[in-house]
Amino acid sequence: MSKYETVVGLEVHVELHTKTKIFCGCSTSFGAPPNTHTCPVCLGHPGVLPVLNRQAVEYAMKAAMAINCEIAEWCKFDRKNYFYPDSPKAYQISQFDQPIGQNGWIDIEVNGATKRIGITRLHLEEDAGKLTHMDGGFGSLVDLNRVGTPLVEIVSEPDIRSPEEAKAYLEKLRAIMQYCDVSDVKMEEGSLRCDANISIRPYGQEKFGTRAELKNMNSFRGVQRGLEYEELRQADVLDSGGTVVQETRRWDEGQGKTISMRGKEEAHDYRYFPDPDLVRLHIDAEWKTRVQASIPELPDARQARYMQQYGLSSYDAGVLTASMKLSDFFEMSLKHTSDAKASANWIMGDLLGYLNANNLELSDVKITGQGLGEMIQLIEKGTISTKIAKTVFKGLIETGKSPQQIVEEQGLVQISDEGAILSIVDAIIAANPQSVEDFRNGKEKAIGFLVGQIMKETKGKANPGLVNKLLVERLNA
Amino acid sequence: MSITIKEVEHVANLARLELSDAEKEQFAGQLNAILKYAEKLNQLDTEGIEPTSHVLPLANVMREDVVKPSWPIEKVLLNAPEEEDGQFKVPAVLE
Repeated sequence: MSKYETVVGLEVHVELHTKTKIFCGCSTSFGAPPNTHTCPVCLGHPGVLPVLNRQAVEYAMKAAMAINCEIAEWCKFDRKNYFYPDSPKAYQISQFDQPIGQNGWIDIEVNGATKRIGITRLHLEEDAGKLTHMDGGFGSLVDLNRVGTPLVEIVSEPDIRSPEEAKAYLEKLRAIMQYCDVSDVKMEEGSLRCDANISIRPYGQEKFGTRAELKNMNSFRGVQRGLEYEELRQADVLDSGGTVVQETRRWDEGQGKTISMRGKEEAHDYRYFPDPDLVRLHIDAEWKTRVQASIPELPDARQARYMQQYGLSSYDAGVLTASMKLSDFFEMSLKHTSDAKASANWIMGDLLGYLNANNLELSDVKITGQGLGEMIQLIEKGTISTKIAKTVFKGLIETGKSPQQIVEEQGLVQISDEGAILSIVDAIIAANPQSVEDFRNGKEKAIGFLVGQIMKETKGKANPGLVNKLLVERLNA
Repeated sequence: MSITIKEVEHVANLARLELSDAEKEQFAGQLNAILKYAEKLNQLDTEGIEPTSHVLPLANVMREDVVKPSWPIEKVLLNAPEEEDGQFKVPAVLE
């Protein structure tokens, strides 16, 4: 992709984790038997009146403020009309021309450089139901439990220039929503969903190319892969003298390609109009101030603080703050050790390595920030070596026991008694005359072998510093 | 300004209505009459009057985020022409 510049704008839907739906008191909890969380309001029966959930408004305000949007003083709700069985009213209550938030931005970091991505708007709306297609095309089954779950739709400016930037934007947005505690933001469970508009244009051309809308990208990787596929596809079309058609395309994860969704292409004509059942929303300064005050320290601020307070690199601080759970874990560890760099290294190396290798989340393993902090303290005190700590760390992850307990149960206390180590050193020297000879003849490497033998003899528990010191003393004696 | 047959067809299509040619003519006429009547509003002097989306002088009618009992599933499905496994069954909708 050298000839063309990619232009991407993302539309992200975030489910707000209120207890009840946006316009009725039905529960939003996940996993209930089909249609058992429904009532005449969310079923769209005639003659019912929706009543707005105050908490949903506050979460939407909080989300909008956290991405630096201006908050509307007045806004309203509109009906977006369309026929589809997932929407029993045949319209979705949304916000058309007066969204709660407008003109925001977030900063992303790609290849070490910071870039600001504009946010056009954030508006509040209701979710639709779930359709299951029956095998053999005999029909579709409709579960309306999800109808009316509050959503915010966050629309970015077309400021994104690569699939990588798109992924970084999504990850940052997820982190911010997570820190604000307005949503579970799990892409796999659908509480965060992403559609993308993508076009390409020759470098230097100001006018945007014709865009395709991509749907059905159900993971962060899916978004990146879908966009990567699409920029190549559009370049192929242009290079072979064709023109890109404006259409909706579905990302097919299994096939690894995007597929045109013709048929859904009949002109979008949603005939928005103000919902007469809902009165206007007035957000005064006092309400704004109160919600603003509830916004916690956000990822960027935490990252900057970690760099300043603990001397971490921008990259390390970025990794630690990308997920609030991980960041909280790190901070918890620091209540038990003052060595922030050691904690960061254990988290980014061993912990994330383990989680990635086993495809797990932090919440799936038993280790706590306290456990890690205490383990680092044991290393500092010389109770265990860094090498033994790897074994303890595995125990922390798998058992959730305290490091002290693991050390005691498995007999992992480091041998730091000079006399005890010396006797082993002597035994190893006696048993390996050839290596001793080699060392004395200037083969420095031989010492590594001898250290290895000593560690083997002590099952890795000998204090490595002491072993080295005593061995060298003996050999040079 | 008047509603054309084409516009009637478009709106009918959006509403999933099948109209005969005679009906299209008839509704075009009726819709035009309605719009003409509404045009009278243009005679009013609205200088200095704030636009509004709602006739009620109310704002911020809201409820607290407290769960209320949903309907029993038997009642929910009473209006379903067809049902299966507690769900509404509809003609196949293909992605």
